[in-house]
Amino acid sequence: MVLASRIIAQTAMKNGWQVRTSEIHGMAQRGGAVTSHVRIGKNLFGALIPNGAADILLGFELAETVRGLEKLKAGGKIIANSAKVVPVSVTMGKTKYPDQEILQYLKKQPYDLTLVDAHSLALKAGHYKAVNMVLLGVLAAQKLPFAGDGLLSTALELLPAKLHEVNVKAFYLGKQTGEGYYGHSAAIS
Amino acid sequence: MKQLLMGNEAIARGAVEAGIDVATAYPGTPSSEVFMALAKMAPEHGFYAEYSANEKVALEVAAGAAYAGARSIVSMKQVGLNVAADPLMSLAYIGVKGGLVLVVADDPGPHSSQTEQDTRKFGQFAKLPVFNPGTPQEAKDMTLAAFETSEKLGLPVILRPTTRTCHVCQDVEVGEVRKSKKVIRFEKDPKWVIMPKLSYLKHQELNVKYLKAAEMFETSPFNESLIRGNQGIITTGVSYNYVMEALEILGENLSVLKIGTYPIPEKMVTNFLKQMDTVLVVEEQEPVLEDEVIKLAWKNNLRVDISGKHNNDVPREGELDTDKVMAIIRKFLGLPEETVSPVSPPELPLRPPTLCAGCPHRASFYVFKKAVRKMDAIFTGDIGCYTLGNAPPLEALDTCLCMGAGVTQAQGLKRVEPERKLVAFIGDSTFFHTGIPGLINAVYNQTDITVVILDNRTTAMTGFQPHPGLPQTAMGTKEEAIDLEVLVKACGVRNVYKADPYDLEQAQKIAARALEDNGPSVVIMKRECVHLVRPSIRYEVETDKCNNCGVCYKTFGCPALFKEDDGVKIMDDCNGCSVCSQICPSGAIKPVRHS
Ligand code: SF4
Ligand code: SF4
Repeated sequence: MVLASRIIAQTAMKNGWQVRTSEIHGMAQRGGAVTSHVRIGKNLFGALIPNGAADILLGFELAETVRGLEKLKAGGKIIANSAKVVPVSVTMGKTKYPDQEILQYLKKQPYDLTLVDAHSLALKAGHYKAVNMVLLGVLAAQKLPFAGDGLLSTALELLPAKLHEVNVKAFYLGKQTGEGYYGHSAAIS
Repeated sequence: MKQLLMGNEAIARGAVEAGIDVATAYPGTPSSEVFMALAKMAPEHGFYAEYSANEKVALEVAAGAAYAGARSIVSMKQVGLNVAADPLMSLAYIGVKGGLVLVVADDPGPHSSQTEQDTRKFGQFAKLPVFNPGTPQEAKDMTLAAFETSEKLGLPVILRPTTRTCHVCQDVEVGEVRKSKKVIRFEKDPKWVIMPKLSYLKHQELNVKYLKAAEMFETSPFNESLIRGNQGIITTGVSYNYVMEALEILGENLSVLKIGTYPIPEKMVTNFLKQMDTVLVVEEQEPVLEDEVIKLAWKNNLRVDISGKHNNDVPREGELDTDKVMAIIRKFLGLPEETVSPVSPPELPLRPPTLCAGCPHRASFYVFKKAVRKMDAIFTGDIGCYTLGNAPPLEALDTCLCMGAGVTQAQGLKRVEPERKLVAFIGDSTFFHTGIPGLINAVYNQTDITVVILDNRTTAMTGFQPHPGLPQTAMGTKEEAIDLEVLVKACGVRNVYKADPYDLEQAQKIAARALEDNGPSVVIMKRECVHLVRPSIRYEVETDKCNNCGVCYKTFGCPALFKEDDGVKIMDDCNGCSVCSQICPSGAIKPVRHS
């Protein structure tokens, strides 16, 4: 996720924008919730997005997408992975993971929602870790302040050559989904 | 030219542009990437870089170089400065010849620390100048300025970024890299030897230098006054960003005074106060700036209303952000509170951090929990990934105070509760940091504790840095590594054992043996962190054999093990440690090749 925000920021920077990202390191990375902010614009101050000010929310995990909603502006765009990562607290029976309720809740919100089973698409591309690239692909199909394919070229500059093939595949599978080739229901599965 | 740099990388870049000769560090979030970036650049730019055993060592190495006129930079987190406090206080008196910049990253929140302590207070305590950057760009520029200031005053200078500067990326304007062309030679002189008599003189000198710094900062570009009427905000560091953004969103044009340096430029602040009727001081952590502002207003007889932390308008704990600052400004201006429309999502699952799938520490804790099953035992803990051993289902750690304290606190507990078993867990890097004196203490005083060194061959929590136990330095490879076993024996421990945490049966036998010993014993649990190896196999549950007893996830708790309605599944992030298959009573967990 930290890499994904860098890819977006770097691409925007190449296109002449000011950028700020805020990453999370340390404790939270060992399986904890991680949120990363990316701001693109002119005359930026802080790196943290105020509540209700984000244009796009990229959710890498179903429940975490809901946690990030307060940042999104009314009518904003959500690109959400429908796959879930179940924390140990749920396996231990300490909390519940109400996935159906979460899905219903997400669909009812006044946002433009694209749900993608990024996990399956990543596997299809060749590795489960390519979830990032699938979601960046979906993002690339949106109206952005720069050409969407720029995200892929930046990613390839940052990734070692042996990972290129899988990531290119993952990116285009995501992009096709974002362009609506598969339609929502097919993508949710 | 612009580059996308993280705040910490920007500091490293600043140091290289300043032409440094030596860089030292002990890793600690949020500071770690400063040195990681420096180590990467060291060969190309021809300076020396080292991971030191702890922060005190790091500062002393850097100070030695600076005595000879070299420019040196040392980085650590706020808690690390406590370890380095001893040399720091004396170094302020003695001073330096070459520029010495001490980067101390604070962690309001906190995101990954034991405390929220404010290093500006440490700066005041030691009477050293502090630069307080709010963005990566400023972090880079301030690093350069800090070296200049350090050499001008002959004092070490502190650069104090906070998490939201360290881990923020920005398009940063980078400058020329300067090659060090200084004459580096240590000149013998009694002034380098701190003696009580000299110390009094040096203290006078230091007090003069501190005033001089305040005067120099009157013209610093990092202090900025913007007059727009007689209501004003005084702010510093990242809070400045939140203030500016909040004012823009609220559509308010208040006066703003930004302070980036300590000691504060008194004339500039007084001048600002003179033009204000009411002032709000916005800063994170301690009211350092606020106290100074109040002092100046009182000294100059200025009738200005000052709000901030002392009237509870600004919180003293935790991090600020634009939303919080907006609410603070609303209150300050007497604007109506904003009503937020209630959104009530379904209750989301908690997601506390856990040890990674296949983490060797989980297996080590499991082994020792089993070994003490019939005993009354206390497990003391320490700082590192393994602190997460306190989480369910392991619930293996009963204490955690600071680096190295697991080993020593176990001894204190043992003294007052001799009938209980005391097991102290400490990581390899932490053992080199401050574990060794504690172990020596146990040997010397013959205290019956078992110390478990969780040797995962790295400093994992902060980003996988090497340490003295590895045949690897920050700048490249080397042959020799310090052998933990030899070292532990040299500390005088007679009962020293080694085990592989992935081999449960053997490890359990060894754990049981060590617990039987009288006097201090040490068990070295050696197995690489899963991030250092690429797994070729993973494990799978044979559903027909699994009877859903839940032993694997209920007692071991690997996050790759996942209970579904129809049984247990193992997810893609399995790292193939095999421990769950050793635990499974039905033999239902089998290896397969990683796809
Ligand atoms: S082998 Fe078992 S315990 Fe080890 S990582 Fe895989 S699922 Fe977890
Ligand atoms: S990073 Fe390594 S040591 Fe830390 S929890 Fe993960 S596997 Fe364990």
